[in-house]
Amino acid sequence: MPNIIVLVKQVPDTNAKILVSGESVDLSAVKMVMSPYDEFALETALQHKEAAGGEVTALTVGGPGAEKILKDAKAMGVDHIVRVETSSSMDTNALQTVLKQAITNLGAEVVYCGKSAADTGAGSTGPGVAARLGWASASNITAATFDGGVSVMTPGNGGNVKLSVPLPAVISCDKGNLKVRKANIKGIMQAKKATVDVHTIESPISTVTVVNQSLPPAKPAGKSYQGGDAAAEVAQLLRDEANLL
Amino acid sequence: MSETIVIAEMNNNAIHPSTAELVAAAGALGSEPTLIVPCTDASAADGATSWNGISNIIAAKSSAFENYDAAGWASALDAVMPQGTIITGTSPQSKDLAARIAGHRGMPVVQDVVKIDGNQVTSPVYSGKAMQTVSLGGASVISVRSNVFSPVQEGGENNVSVVDTTGNIATSVQEFMERASKRLDVSEANIIISGGRGMGSPENFSHLEAVADTIGAAVGASRAAVDTWEAIPHSMQVGQTGKTVNPNLYIAVGISGAIQHLAGMRSSRYIVAINKDADAPIFKHADYGIVATWEEALPVLHNKLQTMME
Repeated sequence: MPNIIVLVKQVPDTNAKILVSGESVDLSAVKMVMSPYDEFALETALQHKEAAGGEVTALTVGGPGAEKILKDAKAMGVDHIVRVETSSSMDTNALQTVLKQAITNLGAEVVYCGKSAADTGAGSTGPGVAARLGWASASNITAATFDGGVSVMTPGNGGNVKLSVPLPAVISCDKGNLKVRKANIKGIMQAKKATVDVHTIESPISTVTVVNQSLPPAKPAGKSYQGGDAAAEVAQLLRDEANLL
Repeated sequence: MSETIVIAEMNNNAIHPSTAELVAAAGALGSEPTLIVPCTDASAADGATSWNGISNIIAAKSSAFENYDAAGWASALDAVMPQGTIITGTSPQSKDLAARIAGHRGMPVVQDVVKIDGNQVTSPVYSGKAMQTVSLGGASVISVRSNVFSPVQEGGENNVSVVDTTGNIATSVQEFMERASKRLDVSEANIIISGGRGMGSPENFSHLEAVADTIGAAVGASRAAVDTWEAIPHSMQVGQTGKTVNPNLYIAVGISGAIQHLAGMRSSRYIVAINKDADAPIFKHADYGIVATWEEALPVLHNKLQTMME
């Protein structure tokens, strides 16, 4: 029966307005949530457990504030919740080295994560952690089946490709047709009582460091028109002014 | 800046033209790169022999490059690439490869770079609601967005060294499946026309498809449309929890412009918005805003485009 780990990350609500104060983003007034794609990873991990047995551990890296999403994961049905304590900001090399160590300590046959986090949008964690573990990886999957091993659907070759993924592996999840389960009352009560296992792992030095954060440059005001007939003029301008079409 | 390496964007065993932009990005980092061409047939590298700005070309030839497998590609490329800062494109596959290679070599990765200034690179964060500039303190892997750097020109003369390599392929293909729709995917289109809940019903998306077919566009949708109508698949969704797109032209129809949606398309070069609500936030981001219902505007747009494209 597989040991399953799901990586979750706390990020600003995707509907939140992002403010910048001075030279960095100010998230003090923003509601923090589990990154949306991580919910699909969590759902896939729970389905894997339902098909093959085993246990699911939700793992996050961050300060104590990140424990809320672990409790959310617990309420949805994971068996264990683990937070790796960190002190400062890390580049991907430092973060993924810490994740590799945490996964090795916990022991796992398969790790699920979201295809990208809503804050960075990078999508580096799945393939990066897999490389550091020397495991197989499959990314941006839209479906998974668990018949002995794991088979996934992923975009490729101008269509979709069905892949067999040998374990151990790290698999990053897109939305696909998944419906993410809602926590029930029992789960919520259990999550309240659950304790978060806190680990401390030494991280290597980060060579990529943040210089500053800023708002994107504002776009100059565009042209505005009233009424559908203006669409013809706009089409012409797309060719004459914008050199498109 | 130390040595730079560009991994060519490939399309059917041929170098994709956007690779010339990656070579220019390497130049901005301060050195003429080694261009690595992952291929099954070394003639694929011929496409870049006359480009300027390249120090040398390595055709990395392997059967591992037939189908994409992150572990296989990273190990096959690692075996033939020099040390240094590595540059890739930002297709989903290229970003995956960038992260896998960075992991393989124990290096950091910075994705979606849109600006390079010395050793400082800038990427959008929070889906483009903010920009973040970081300093590369050592050899790193960066993926660079298209439509940012002007491609290097023809006029050079480069030799190609062909190097055979092997990769440890981890996954195995069971089956290839055609996409249900023959239409372009929003992530690969230069022009996108998207509909929101203002379209009224999923059947009305046929009017967007008609315009799309006239100008070779992909059809996208807002999250509201995807969540409301089962017939509109998530694969069409543009936005923070859908696809982030960067086309030359984005036409938003019946989309109010929720922050979620703007995050996925605001970096489009030109934005046209059609919405009946003059106060819709989408108009703040539009180069051309038309206050009208789609029923009024789309037929006019379609007719005019048909005439223009003849």
